[in-house]
Amino acid sequence: MNPLKDKSCIVGVGESAFTRGSGKTELQLMLDASVAALADAGLKPHDIDGIVGPPIGAPAEHFAANLGIENLRYAASVHMGGASPVVALQSAAMAVACGIAKTVLVPCGWNGYSSMRVSQPRGGSGNAGGPLAGTIGSYYLPYGAVAPVQWYSWLATRHMKMYGTPFETMGTLAVASRKHAHLNPNAFMRDRPLTMDDYLKARWVSYPFRLFDCCLETDAAGAVIVTSPERARDLRKPPVYISGIAEGHPYPADDIPSRPDPFVIGLTFAAPEAFRMAEVTPADIDFAEIYDCFSYVVLLQIEAMGFCKRGEVKDFVTRDRVELGGTMPVNTHGGLHSEAHVWGINHIVEGTRQLRRECGERQVKDAEVGVVTGWGDFGDGGLAILRR
Amino acid sequence: MAFETGRSDKREYKLPLPKMIGPAVEFYGFCKQHELRFQRCVECGTWRHIPRDMCAHCGSFKTEWAKSSGRGTLFSWTTIAQPMLPQFAPLVPYAAVIVELEEGPRMVTWLVDVPPDKLELGIPLEVAFDDVTPEVTLPKFRRRSP
Repeated sequence: MNPLKDKSCIVGVGESAFTRGSGKTELQLMLDASVAALADAGLKPHDIDGIVGPPIGAPAEHFAANLGIENLRYAASVHMGGASPVVALQSAAMAVACGIAKTVLVPCGWNGYSSMRVSQPRGGSGNAGGPLAGTIGSYYLPYGAVAPVQWYSWLATRHMKMYGTPFETMGTLAVASRKHAHLNPNAFMRDRPLTMDDYLKARWVSYPFRLFDCCLETDAAGAVIVTSPERARDLRKPPVYISGIAEGHPYPADDIPSRPDPFVIGLTFAAPEAFRMAEVTPADIDFAEIYDCFSYVVLLQIEAMGFCKRGEVKDFVTRDRVELGGTMPVNTHGGLHSEAHVWGINHIVEGTRQLRRECGERQVKDAEVGVVTGWGDFGDGGLAILRR
Repeated sequence: MAFETGRSDKREYKLPLPKMIGPAVEFYGFCKQHELRFQRCVECGTWRHIPRDMCAHCGSFKTEWAKSSGRGTLFSWTTIAQPMLPQFAPLVPYAAVIVELEEGPRMVTWLVDVPPDKLELGIPLEVAFDDVTPEVTLPKFRRRSP
């Protein structure tokens, strides 16, 4: 048995307000979420001795100094864009399972509307930094391909043309997310209806993506607390076990065009590892919170995880599967499309709440095991298989 | 549209130029001479792009800049309707495409004579150099006979 399987669990989740115009710094937003997660767990700040910090916004040191964590035994950060929170969960699980830290805080968040809106850049050379900056600056920038919606469109266009995926498959996800958001009082789009007709008539952003293929731009943060099953027994909420977890990177990770097979993404490598660790198969999964920066990215991940064969996602993604009440509801909170863009840490928060059966009207009946994915940079992936 | 930018007005060129860092200096240096060259491993002959220090196939550090035929096909594209940098706003809708060269490398580029609504996988293409400034030449592509 894998030494990480079920050796750590999520015991606290929290979020900031989801707004467009937070009036707060990113650190303040993430501290709001962290304090909420501590209260949810019934823990005090000094119970935290590990932090896996966010890829942007604030380092672990600033969280520790504000929260009053005098003895921080483990500080790390993950730089995988939107895959960072799920992969941070892996880092937290390792630290707890090895005894390096007893209780680890994973915060993430940003002012994605009021400070660094991707769709309203202030010039310069685009948003990406880190390992991607060289590729983009020297080889993509002169041709105006500087944003995720453009890079991922290259994958979507080719997949769509090769396998005949209709726009309605993408729209099915967008409409389902919106319906789910209507059952989520925290969701930014809780009051805004969306029909397939609205979806198909929306303006183009970057073909094949129209407006409602794209995630929201919001100011939002979330936080998750991970500890050992032994320690979880004394806490407020029932534990949600990290049963399987893995990260993966496409090859090469820093350039999309040169990949031998463009549909081999991070999750292609991560999924078999995570399912093996958790000792479950895709058929056992009751719900899926799938990183949904753009609709087609969800479709690519569904195939990469083995829920269906390559090219068959158009037949897999149907209303009676992905909507609540279906056989495997997807993004039950509304996702980045209709709840808020919180780098996918909101997917971990929702997965945890589903398994605690706290979700009221949007509760997946008898939820026992669910998956949460992350996708970031040029297709890095993380997969967590959670169970109650 | 991209196909209208095939012959740029040199004095007025307002778009971002490639960052000339590391081997990009060499890559665009050859483009300036109207030669499309990619790195090729001296040991095993594997072509690669973007440029790297090592051959990922055989591990060799020995590299040459080998001349490409400039012939390829359309591998994928996106047609950008909402510019993500203000400099590109006058050009929308424009297509940022991926071309696969006969020798194997794939690259991001523009097409100079195929409008976005006529794109399809596999269109046969050949390189068309655009001297966008006195210093910088961008490789772009145009339709060719199959």
